[in-house]
Amino acid sequence: MRIVVWVCEGTWPACIDAAAELAGVSDAQIVLIHVRDDSPPPPGRPSLLGAARVTRAERENRQLTREAAERMLVRAEARLGRPAQLRLQDGAPERIVTAAAADADYLVVGRDGDRSRLGPQSLGRHTRFVIDHAPCRVLLVWPELAPDLGTIPPPPPIR
Amino acid sequence: MGEFVAVAMLALVLVGAVVRPRGLPEVAFALPAAIVVVVGGLLPLADAWNEVLRLFPVVAFLAAVLVISELCDADGLFRYAGALMAARSRGSGRRLLGYVFVLAAAVTAVLSLDATVVLLTPVVLATASGLGLRSRPHAYACAHLANAGSLLLPVSNLTNLLAMSAAGLSFVGFAGLMTLPWLAAIAIEYVAFRLFFAADLSLPATNSSRPEPPPVPRFSVAVLALTLAGFVVAPLFEVADAWVALAGAAVLLVRALRLRQVALREVTGFVNVGFLVFVLCLGVVVAAVVDGGLGTAIAMIVPQGSDLVTLLLWAFLAALLANLVNNLPAVLVLLPFAASTGAGPVLAVLIGVNVGPNLTYVGSLATLLWRRILHAHDQRAPLREFTMLGLLATPAAIVAAVVALWFSLLVAGGVG
Repeated sequence: MRIVVWVCEGTWPACIDAAAELAGVSDAQIVLIHVRDDSPPPPGRPSLLGAARVTRAERENRQLTREAAERMLVRAEARLGRPAQLRLQDGAPERIVTAAAADADYLVVGRDGDRSRLGPQSLGRHTRFVIDHAPCRVLLVWPELAPDLGTIPPPPPIR
Repeated sequence: MGEFVAVAMLALVLVGAVVRPRGLPEVAFALPAAIVVVVGGLLPLADAWNEVLRLFPVVAFLAAVLVISELCDADGLFRYAGALMAARSRGSGRRLLGYVFVLAAAVTAVLSLDATVVLLTPVVLATASGLGLRSRPHAYACAHLANAGSLLLPVSNLTNLLAMSAAGLSFVGFAGLMTLPWLAAIAIEYVAFRLFFAADLSLPATNSSRPEPPPVPRFSVAVLALTLAGFVVAPLFEVADAWVALAGAAVLLVRALRLRQVALREVTGFVNVGFLVFVLCLGVVVAAVVDGGLGTAIAMIVPQGSDLVTLLLWAFLAALLANLVNNLPAVLVLLPFAASTGAGPVLAVLIGVNVGPNLTYVGSLATLLWRRILHAHDQRAPLREFTMLGLLATPAAIVAAVVALWFSLLVAGGVG
């Protein structure tokens, strides 16, 4: 069995727990993937601040986001409690994650939208794309406790 | 014909600065354009020189403030602020956003918007990711507050410095009238962020370790406070505020060199001289445009008077122009006309050119700079997202700020 887990800030611990449960004691192969949204830099650094300082800030930010992503993947593997393949890529997250699930049996995805009002918006834009196009079974995970049935609004009145 | 050439030169300067073909610096287009308008007789040489003399102290003042902020950064002030935010927000994205708003508004007001974009954004990113929180709302907050948070003090934004002399206001007078508009704009932005990023902000922190903040960098905080106090009292002794900023920068620089926080060879790179020349050339080209027939045309359509509706018209006209031609040219074009009708319209124009650019991606140089700094982060969808957020926040923020300005003017007895 091959399980791909999409690791994102905020939702990953629940996804990892779900993947661990899904894999159980089997010798499932688990891939933890995180994709950094990336594109070439826009031109221009219009500032009175020295160009060197601006470039340094750019580099710092690249480094910071990369380190944060690496840390997150390592912590995710530690939480999983078994070795996994870690993948950190730059590009369009929804497309890369969908492609990574091509030969998987399961794709584990966190529910990352606005969960204060349960409905279509409880899925983020990228997550929606991945669920719509995933080439395998998808396990959709609540980042915290699943809501009980009482949160469902009453049916609309019959006219 | 001359008018056409002047407008074409302005277009060249703006397109050059925004598109930057072949990565050429903005001055590569602005300097030839300024030379064309002067040599072509579109603006008398004496007028061009006067424009340069008028702008230079303003830009130099801002440069000194930016050197202060860079040295504060070298002294660890921004790192300290980040650690403090991390400790205080206790793992909540909403609470962190509150602190980012307070800090970004304060840094923008005191150290200018470039400091927020270049020096604070990495710290905010590091703080959010260190806590394991989504960094997007906090990064966007830096961009929005670099614009909307730049209403308070003349040093917050180059546009304010340009307007201060035109409106005949002192440092304290400016801050007094702009405090309420500043707070109003920030409050509206905060509500918009909470709504727009509700999903991202609701996610809990995934990292529970909370490092203790480092000690307060007392020296730079003290120099900063003294410099600000100097801005208030210097005019009483007929000393220009720029000298106060220069003195503050010099004190910080001596200490930073002694403690080897910065190397001597780095000092020359603190200020982008090319950009300084760009602003001067832009001023000359805009003066040529206003000097020609277009100035008369603008004079016919600008609103007259100082009542609330007029102030709103000024602000929205300025916001529209800022989103069309960028904030710096917009303020240079509108200032002469606004200044002829009083301080109220000038400040309303500032609200328009400072808050308004949050509407689109090209509205202000600060937003362009922020995109550059963050290029690795969330850059693929941002046009739509940035515009949606702008549509939610900006018109309301402008209206709230203008109403607050109108009220301030009323209290100060400036209306009527």
